[in-house]
Amino acid sequence: MSDATPSRTIKIECLRYDPETDDKPRFQRYQVPFTDDMSVLQGLQYIKDHLDGSLTFRWSCRMAICGSCGKMINGVPQLSCHTFLREYYPRTVRIEPLNHFPVIRDLVVDQSRFLDHLETVKPYLIPKDDQPLAAGARRQTPAQMDRYYQYSQCINCLLCYAACPQFGLNPDFTGPAALALLHRYNADSRDQGWRARREVINAEDGVWSCTLVGYCSEVCPQGVDPAHAINQNKVNSTLDYFGILNLLLPKGDKT
Amino acid sequence: MKRSNEPLFWSLFGAGGVLSALIGPVLIFITGIAVPLGFLLPPETLSYTNVLAFVQHPLGKLALLTVIALFLFHGCHRMLHSLHDLGVQTGRRATFGFYGFATLATVVTAGLLLGF
Amino acid sequence: MSRFQSTAKTYVRPMSGWWLKTPYFFLYMIREGSAVFLTLYALVLLTGLGCLAWSPSAYEAWRGLLDTRLSLGFHVIALLIVAYHSLTWFQVMPKTAPKLPFDSRLIVRGALATSAGLSLLILAVLWWVA
Repeated sequence: MSDATPSRTIKIECLRYDPETDDKPRFQRYQVPFTDDMSVLQGLQYIKDHLDGSLTFRWSCRMAICGSCGKMINGVPQLSCHTFLREYYPRTVRIEPLNHFPVIRDLVVDQSRFLDHLETVKPYLIPKDDQPLAAGARRQTPAQMDRYYQYSQCINCLLCYAACPQFGLNPDFTGPAALALLHRYNADSRDQGWRARREVINAEDGVWSCTLVGYCSEVCPQGVDPAHAINQNKVNSTLDYFGILNLLLPKGDKT
Repeated sequence: MKRSNEPLFWSLFGAGGVLSALIGPVLIFITGIAVPLGFLLPPETLSYTNVLAFVQHPLGKLALLTVIALFLFHGCHRMLHSLHDLGVQTGRRATFGFYGFATLATVVTAGLLLGF
Repeated sequence: MSRFQSTAKTYVRPMSGWWLKTPYFFLYMIREGSAVFLTLYALVLLTGLGCLAWSPSAYEAWRGLLDTRLSLGFHVIALLIVAYHSLTWFQVMPKTAPKLPFDSRLIVRGALATSAGLSLLILAVLWWVA
């Protein structure tokens, strides 16, 4: 933490839920002295270290790259290490676990639904042939890389799921990050996995559960545009439905 | 995983969305505001003889059928999803109801237009 | 059942009223609400067509109904909300296109210009005919 002596105190309200004693969550308020360089995560760490050791939350890298510390901060899904207390002072900061996921304890959510969805999209390269190592790297032009690069920046922080009401209404919806990663591999010139992934795209709970609210793309801390990935695949799914896509796909992808 | 038949309805929704985004506001302005008030356009613009002549022309028939059918398919698709957004369970019955209504209204429109 | 499912007891928060919780979601619901007005407007046109087929006097009665406060009020609100639909429709249009080699805002501007051009054209043709 900073050397500067805190001169101001901010109110932080945290959602508290203890599955062993509580039927439903409640809010608890803390007074936290802070300096200008303190993130919301550092505020939570201050509470845990000095005020209430029982407060539970996830965090790891504290530099916006691991994707562990996402929370609802005053109703907006954000990385708590990437949001500063000074931006809220003198208002109260209200911290809740990420929306649309079940709460395990305090600010910690159960991510299993996302992991299930992530597994279904086969988020790895599916090449058309097994190339021996001796053949060297599979080369790509900058233009080919540009087609998927943005989507490969996802850090699985789940802010987009917390921003997606369709996932909240129907947790079977594959959801923004998993579908963006699906597109990340489909758009890769080294990948020939359209056939292996098409079932997920074409499903009722695949791209067709999206109503293009668009908030997922607004909250992404990595500049990924899940709404774009999903909605261009509505077009692909439609072309597939009417049997037109097969004519447009590269040879290896044909069904 | 259950394959969706959404591509069919989404295509109609999309076509209706584009058409209404392009000319929806001006049509509402003309038939609902300007002509009744005689503002910019005289009230006779939509007189019986003028409109009859419009719907007797094949292109007029096509234009009116396209507008009514696509606006309805667009609207019904969105309303069906909005019900889901509002927490209402939308099963097969709601789906049949909304798209059935749009289809029926399209058939009625076509029937009326062919009668002129 | 999920392979990853936690065995702990969890609390699932209700979704009711979600669209009132952020302005972003509220605007989304207004956008979706435009469908109600568009549907009603299509039915107004269909009713007019039905009256036209029925008799000249029925058609005149339909026109009379259009010139009432209720109808004018409805059409003013419908105009505003459908115009909002137009704007949002064009704004999200690039999301359905593949990655483009140019700024996607050009599509939005081009679509808005096309809409304005078509609207003026329709008005001009009607003005010329009448």
